[in-house]
Amino acid sequence: MDPEIFSQLEKITGKQGVLTSPEDLAVYSYDGTFEEGKPDVVVLPQTTSQVSDILKLASREKVPVVTRGMASGLAAASIPFLGGIALVMTRMDKILEIDLENAIVHVEAGVVTADLQSKVEKHGLFYPPDPSSIRHSTIGGNIACNAGGPRCLKYGVTGDYVLGLTVVLADGRIFKTGGKVIKDVVGYDLKSLFTGSEGTLGVITEALLKLTAKPKFAQTALVEFSSIENASKTVNAILMGGFVPATLELMDQTAIQCIEAAMQLGLPTDAGALLLIESDGMELDQTHQEIDAIKKICEMYGATKISIAKDEQDRANLWKARRSISPSLARLSPNKLGEDITVPRNNIPDAVKGLKAISARYGLPIVIFGHAGDGNLHPNILFDKRNPEHMQKIEKMVAEEFELALSLNGTLSGEHGVGTLKRPYMHKALGDVSIDIHKNLKKALDPLNILNPGKVIPD
Amino acid sequence: MPFDPKIKIPDENEYLNCIRCGLCLAVCPTYREYKNETDSPRGRVALARKSLEDELLLSPNLVEKMYSCLACLACNDICPVGIKPADIAMEMRHVAEQVKPTPWKDRLFGKVVANPDLMEKATWPLRVYQNLGLRWLVHTLRINKLFPKQLHDLENMLPRQPKQPLRQSLPVISKSLNESKYRVGFFLGCAQSLMFSEESAASVRVLNRNGCTVITPRETVCCGMPAAGYGRLDLVIEQAKTNIDLFLNEDPDVIVTDCATCGSQLRDYGKLLADDLDWAEKARTFSAKIRDISEFLMSIPLEKPIGSVNARVTYHDPCHLRRAQKVWKEPRGILQMIIGVDYVEMPEADWCCGAAGSQLITHYETSTRILDRKMENLASTRAEIIASGCPGCQMQLATGIQRNGLKVKVMHPIQLLDLAYSQQIEVK
Repeated sequence: MDPEIFSQLEKITGKQGVLTSPEDLAVYSYDGTFEEGKPDVVVLPQTTSQVSDILKLASREKVPVVTRGMASGLAAASIPFLGGIALVMTRMDKILEIDLENAIVHVEAGVVTADLQSKVEKHGLFYPPDPSSIRHSTIGGNIACNAGGPRCLKYGVTGDYVLGLTVVLADGRIFKTGGKVIKDVVGYDLKSLFTGSEGTLGVITEALLKLTAKPKFAQTALVEFSSIENASKTVNAILMGGFVPATLELMDQTAIQCIEAAMQLGLPTDAGALLLIESDGMELDQTHQEIDAIKKICEMYGATKISIAKDEQDRANLWKARRSISPSLARLSPNKLGEDITVPRNNIPDAVKGLKAISARYGLPIVIFGHAGDGNLHPNILFDKRNPEHMQKIEKMVAEEFELALSLNGTLSGEHGVGTLKRPYMHKALGDVSIDIHKNLKKALDPLNILNPGKVIPD
Repeated sequence: MPFDPKIKIPDENEYLNCIRCGLCLAVCPTYREYKNETDSPRGRVALARKSLEDELLLSPNLVEKMYSCLACLACNDICPVGIKPADIAMEMRHVAEQVKPTPWKDRLFGKVVANPDLMEKATWPLRVYQNLGLRWLVHTLRINKLFPKQLHDLENMLPRQPKQPLRQSLPVISKSLNESKYRVGFFLGCAQSLMFSEESAASVRVLNRNGCTVITPRETVCCGMPAAGYGRLDLVIEQAKTNIDLFLNEDPDVIVTDCATCGSQLRDYGKLLADDLDWAEKARTFSAKIRDISEFLMSIPLEKPIGSVNARVTYHDPCHLRRAQKVWKEPRGILQMIIGVDYVEMPEADWCCGAAGSQLITHYETSTRILDRKMENLASTRAEIIASGCPGCQMQLATGIQRNGLKVKVMHPIQLLDLAYSQQIEVK
């Protein structure tokens, strides 16, 4: 890249906002996957107008711009494979307003989601989406990937809380969509277009997010099963019974053993599978009743043991454990490839069965856990990148996982996004017409193809 | 392999399984200040790996990123995979030092710091400066206002120096006041002897009062933490051997220290010497006997103080105590045992204060930014006393308190217990 561009970038953000050393470029080359690709320059803007100036410059010079938050992503969506500018939003980290009357929070894109939650909870308010990366991901990244999480079963995903966005377009124009109104049918729903667009259509710099009242009580049950088949059937039975608990999480035996090795919480490592079920609400009685009824269903479906978290510490530990499953799998092997296929909930038992069969066929372990309540499973293939045989196998295994999801009327990804890793399967998942629409939208908003090129949309 | 096989490098199993999930970013004080991956644990692990795998040069900038780590160990603690980014940063400092040795470190850590007589001589000007009234003069005439900001902070950071290092005045054997039940080796740290002698004098008094005969060997040398921090793990091993022999010869039931940093380093001797056939066993025995003073006191039938200390008190967790030694309940337990203490828990009590050895000297801006966060939390407690059993933290906290114009006294938790025992209610 022309060094002249570096000095122009410095004029926009100041010297401290532009990084070019080999060390800086190296650490901005990865995300939460095993992929790598180095940017030519790293830029950390502090205002929307700086982002606008950066994009004007990038358009003029036809330089790729890959937007990035804390890079916890699991789809290689924020890796700058084609070089260019790594646009890092982490320093735009201000909570601009907590509007108590309207229960709306106005944030900059770089705010850490857990910080946002704890700030609004001080006012009795609640921002429900809770991706496992909640402490190490930004709200901008969450919106750009339409992040989910365990609580989405009851409360919905990130996109359900986006009321408005400030977006910088590829040519540098700043535009606002949506606002502080709950209902708004004027024009196309553009905020939904940018939500989940993974940095390919524009750069999200600010957001207005809807909040709700914080539930006062929660009861958490840890339910043991002798097999994952029994556990997954129970999930359906609970939902069929008319209950919508806040969370309904599934983990198989390997997952249990990994977190136990990592955190020593006294989890039952001999259980075939666990369900982590939480019921929350404004009344203590109501959560008690719900969890009691769910307990009965679990017993009917062969639960071998049911324990209820006795206090807040106990409950916090269980959730800390749940959030640590994915990384703790690395105790078993140097690399893992976690997908997040999602199927209609009546097909969960078949999905689990199919995944086990794939694992058996290729002889590489697939650990299964996930948000079973909404049909969103996280099969993780454990492998070693240095082993060429493994590399060949995982490619085929992933393809079969996707095949399985589609054959069960499901989708490739419930919450991680497409990024680079799922791009080869897009045609099959969406069909020609949908891909055509995607391409036309991309062309309309980013005619020079500088925004996260080579991601999401297949060639 | 980019390095000579003689150079000791981290084992690949220490970093290979880092899946770069980013969880460590959430708890890293340097990342949280700068929001820059290069100042994060995940970034440091990636840089270490890439230099060990010959993808990056061991450049001055790369080495500096290893030195910008505060070694607060929060990343080690949170990693579900068991990667220890802080340890890797420390080992990479050692790699750099082996590749390109710095002569002054040899003199400072190998000769002066490792020799208590020389340490006392080297710090003599400070004692003179303060005790002859020069410090008073400098402050009264406001000469210190002419100092650059950093020097100004450093000057404020220094506690009032004792007239004489404690090592010279503390008897080698201090007998238990009652029936002697425990033979305690007391590891008197350099900073405790030279600067916080009143605290360690209090520690010995409290031990004597609780059935301990205390042995403080005069030839004790530095625990080795400063050398380790500056990449000289080789010197730590020499210092470890001196201390191990010295203490094991006294055959103590336990070895107690009231310095969080010393304690964490002493506990590490077993691991440091694990591969040395002649020393492994002795080092393991030595490390197994190490106790922080609060930990030891809470493990014996401790005399409940009748005297009171009437003050609102909070507590700051030294990283070297909470994470390196997993001691955090005990000091709080001691404080809450004292009549009159209105104990209030500080938000983020276990977040690093930014002292981290000599970061206020080497990384002034980062250190003060992290300190400001600590001061905000401290102010929110409205405490009159902040207790913390680490000389580095104490100096840093005192600096922050002065910079922010707070009215809070910094003390060692054991001093408060000693105060309650002696019933000298002079606090406030």
